[in-house]
Amino acid sequence: MKVRGRVFRYGSDVDTDVIIPARYLNTTSEKELAAHCMEDIDGTFVKNVRPGDVIVAEDNFGCGSSREHAPIAIKASGVSLVIANSFARIFYRNSINIGLPILECPEAVKNISAGDVVSCDLDEGVITDESMGKSFKAEPFPPFIRRIISDGGLIKHIEKSQK
Amino acid sequence: MAMTMSQKILAAHAGLDEVKAGQLIEADLDLVLANDITGPVAIKQFAKAGAKAVADPAKVALVMDHFAPNKDIKSAQQCKTCRDFAAEQGIENFFDVGEMGIEHALLPEKGLVGAGDLVIGADSHTCTYGALGAFSTGVGSTDMAAGMMTGKCWFKVPAAIKFVLHGKPKKFIGGKDLILHVIGTTGVDGALYKSMEFYGDGVKHLTMDDRFAVCNMAIEAGAKNGIFPVDALTLEYMNGRFKRSPRIYMADDDAEFESEYEIDLSALDYTVAFPHLPENTKTPGEWGEIKIDQVVIGSCTNGRISDLRAAAEILKGRKVKKGVRTIIIPATQAVYLQAIKEGLAEIFVRAGAVLSTPTCGPCLGGHMGILAEGEKCVSTTNRNFVGRMGHVTSEVYLASPAVAAASAVEGRLATPEEVL
Repeated sequence: MKVRGRVFRYGSDVDTDVIIPARYLNTTSEKELAAHCMEDIDGTFVKNVRPGDVIVAEDNFGCGSSREHAPIAIKASGVSLVIANSFARIFYRNSINIGLPILECPEAVKNISAGDVVSCDLDEGVITDESMGKSFKAEPFPPFIRRIISDGGLIKHIEKSQK
Repeated sequence: MAMTMSQKILAAHAGLDEVKAGQLIEADLDLVLANDITGPVAIKQFAKAGAKAVADPAKVALVMDHFAPNKDIKSAQQCKTCRDFAAEQGIENFFDVGEMGIEHALLPEKGLVGAGDLVIGADSHTCTYGALGAFSTGVGSTDMAAGMMTGKCWFKVPAAIKFVLHGKPKKFIGGKDLILHVIGTTGVDGALYKSMEFYGDGVKHLTMDDRFAVCNMAIEAGAKNGIFPVDALTLEYMNGRFKRSPRIYMADDDAEFESEYEIDLSALDYTVAFPHLPENTKTPGEWGEIKIDQVVIGSCTNGRISDLRAAAEILKGRKVKKGVRTIIIPATQAVYLQAIKEGLAEIFVRAGAVLSTPTCGPCLGGHMGILAEGEKCVSTTNRNFVGRMGHVTSEVYLASPAVAAASAVEGRLATPEEVL
């Protein structure tokens, strides 16, 4: 599975309250959630994000509430990959379960700048900053996790594997 | 192979003699939980997977606490989705307005969780039940849906950090000060993916409500779970409530811990987390003059009876400062009733505070106390992230009930001694 897009950059401890504020949690609609994605940390994100774009952040991305609405909002906004030094554990699990690709790669985080065009081969874990012409190697997920993500999440994966 | 408390519970539920940190296991669950925000997403996933029936209705709990009593039409629809699902699936542990309380205060009180249990909940503060010697952890809605369908969940066995507590805390210093002190030390990702296990002769000086507050905020250090050993106090709490027999797991003497902290409870001071992270902790000498607009006393962290008693001791015969909206929220109906019986309700109303029905409401900026632009709030809740309680420029200061009550009287961040 390959993804490609422009980079939005954030710092450490990006919590799920800023990814999708609780005032919008009275819906489960992916489209409505995406319309408010990152609103409290980056008011222009929704206007600027395009399908395929990539979020690059520092430590502990997705900390706080267990709301699955957070990775859902990010995925539905068009983001194809989140790269961080580390992820909060519930967000990490939720991302896999709903099929949002995520990678831990401190080298990439250190070097990639906002606005760069980044492509990634998720099977190999190779992240390429095309603007810089530099590649970084992340530990790819084992095949069973990659299948969950490429099937579109755990539920779709279960559906598929039962057919 | 020596194991920690958390590892022993996981091993027992996976049918294994031993497990080690990093191992992937599948384990049987004693209870899965969701609320009116995470429940509808789980129910949607449940339907999408083509599931017809939950594995065991007695092992599912649905608590309508976040945006209930319904704050708007959409929230009402979400509760209805959960209500209809509970009826269709024969889920008896469905708690609606009138019976409901804040989930993490309600489930222990109802005896639905207890020592030795393995619990997942689609709410990050599910880690609260570690106070009872259970392994409990927050997950997302999809994991919750899978848990409802299969009665099982996969886990990566966590490594652990050991906190050894000594001494007795001073009056008005308790679980909230302890856990904020810990998070101030470890940082918000200091325990990422790990268990936080609490030991030492100081444990006996912490009430159950203190221990609930401590385990509740383990997630704010990034932890998978927090846990206390079972002692006489735990057994007394569960006696007459807990529906099953307690299963007590003690760590092996030579259990491995990644790191160890010694904490002298007698040296703890009032600890407050300043905006916008729970790790930004300060003690009174560092507070400065923080004028406030609102105080919230309640939540799954500090909405229990001893929390309200501490607040009442300070508010008794006093008035909250004019201009400080003081909102007190008993966590459950039983706590509410107890507050009435003990005369706490009257103390609060006479002091100029409002006493609300149980709800998570303001903690996550849902309803019942949203902050306007630039407003400041001292709150006994658990998160002070940007925009958590309302406007993106508002500020939340996390504190104990005693500090929150004193601050309500003074109109600024204050210690109980400044008031009494």
